[in-house]
Amino acid sequence: MSDHVVEIAVFTFLFLLVSVMGFVAAKWRAPKDMAHLDEWGLGGRSFGGWVTWFLVGGDLYTAYTFVAVPALIFGAGAAGFFAVPYTVVIYPLFFLILIRLWSVSHRHGFVTPADFVRSRFESPTLALVIAITGIVATMPYIALQLVGIEAVLKTMGVTGESTIARHAPIIVAFAILAAYTYQSGLRAPALIAFVKDTLIYIVIIVAVLWLPYKLGGWGAIFDAADAKFQASPAPNDGIILNANNQVQYFTLALGSALALFLYPHSITGVLASRNRDVIKRNMSALPAYSLLLGLIALLGYMAIAAGVKPLPGNKPGSVDSNTVVPLLFDQQFPSWFTGVAFAAIGIGALVPAAIMSIAAANLFTRNIYKEYLRKDATPAQEANVAKITSLVVKVGAVACIVFLDPQFSIDLQLIGGVIILQTAPAVVIGLYTRWLHRGALIAGWAAGMSLGFWMLWQIPNAATGRLHFGGSAFPLSEFGFDTQKTIYVGFVAVLVNALVAVLVTVALRAAKTPEGTDGTAPDDYFADEGDPRVKPVDVV
Amino acid sequence: MTEPQPPRSDRSPWNWLLVVPIVVPLLTFLFNHDEPRIGGFPLFYWLQFAFILLGVTTTTIVYQMTKRSRS
Repeated sequence: MSDHVVEIAVFTFLFLLVSVMGFVAAKWRAPKDMAHLDEWGLGGRSFGGWVTWFLVGGDLYTAYTFVAVPALIFGAGAAGFFAVPYTVVIYPLFFLILIRLWSVSHRHGFVTPADFVRSRFESPTLALVIAITGIVATMPYIALQLVGIEAVLKTMGVTGESTIARHAPIIVAFAILAAYTYQSGLRAPALIAFVKDTLIYIVIIVAVLWLPYKLGGWGAIFDAADAKFQASPAPNDGIILNANNQVQYFTLALGSALALFLYPHSITGVLASRNRDVIKRNMSALPAYSLLLGLIALLGYMAIAAGVKPLPGNKPGSVDSNTVVPLLFDQQFPSWFTGVAFAAIGIGALVPAAIMSIAAANLFTRNIYKEYLRKDATPAQEANVAKITSLVVKVGAVACIVFLDPQFSIDLQLIGGVIILQTAPAVVIGLYTRWLHRGALIAGWAAGMSLGFWMLWQIPNAATGRLHFGGSAFPLSEFGFDTQKTIYVGFVAVLVNALVAVLVTVALRAAKTPEGTDGTAPDDYFADEGDPRVKPVDVV
Repeated sequence: MTEPQPPRSDRSPWNWLLVVPIVVPLLTFLFNHDEPRIGGFPLFYWLQFAFILLGVTTTTIVYQMTKRSRS
């Protein structure tokens, strides 16, 4: 631990700095009345271009991404680069689809995607299903942010013998995070995102200029990676794809893009912006982060070229590949700059963790508490329940990491991506048409969920010797095709989901099952800043 | 069709341009090659980085072309 004093000092200093910012954020663009979900949970729906850019960027590109994507490249090569097409494809989708969700939410004061579904299909049950799916998918995502911080702490030698000692720094970090999120709501991560992203940009620009220079140039880095994969016995690694993993590559990129924008935290970031223009302009500016992510991914190859050996994992004989990037920095940079880089990853975990917990809290408050527990809740009561829920969610995430094998959270996150995709027919298709029947959407969701679970259960992982939940690449031979090709589970599940929804809709129509009335009007999908709200927000 | 205020819409032929950055990055046969390299980067990597630029360009064009005229 003594070798890392400078790193730890820089890390701690920057961490404390953003903690202060988190508390001060409550006063930033201070509203007249914070006791309203629009203020606490959506920052007053007032964020302009820059704030939205940092907030959504800080939200989508999490610490876990920064640690896990290069780890994947380090281990498997080209297959891990799916993160780049994934984050290219997502913005045109946002541009075309999510803009409508912003408009209709602005008009009706919706806070969550489930609010929209409830009003569109007049179905609290469907909204409940969407809300629970969102909460369940988000929880492990929050826990994974802790895995990102842990990789950094481990590299700095901050470990202990007992479970509690090993996790003490994370518990403290999350307690501080919970406190300022409670107080400042979405304003806290919005303000901290400025620091986080500035640090990350500095670190990565330095890394991609300095490290290739030290390691003999980009050509040498790719050749070193190529040599490693040539020598390894694994069939699907390499610096380009092979005949068998190309379908997996593009279905994973497309499926992940669809999943990412259905995650409650992305939607929260988008709904917090001021008008349609802010969102549209951001869709051209946000790909700057994709460039960053692509460069970060390549750190995995730099780690190969630099001969980094990942630290041992929790189980004897395993390795924790998430430590490769922290180790690369530790090995190649002066210790003060390593401290800055580690702080960037650590703070990078806090921003999305805060937004995710707020998004989960919004879902619980709007679609479970107000719907089922207390129908006459005032806005102040709603805000209060959301604040408390955000605390509970964070305690749950910490408990997942401290008491369960982190692998469990990684499995859950894998499942999370697949299940959140199952809300696509209701939310995405629902934004365009309400042709699909509410009952059929529930049936489709159930079919997609079951199939998704079954497929994930069937996938073994040869590298870790696990029989189930070994990844998201499903061998098509399991469906009876004579091929070695694999496909992304979520992609198949959501197709089946949509198909079931269509068939059941036809059946329910034939049986003349009531469809409910549409609470939205066609013009609501184009509403913009300045248009009157259907239900005026009662700001005291 | 003679209403004084035509219903609002975000339909525009320009939106079709956005299909390009959604489809092109998914066509693995376009970029799954090592050669030619640029600055040491295999084609697989530099071309996918170039797709980011493609995404930025197309969304910017569509945004500019579909902007509502503000009075």
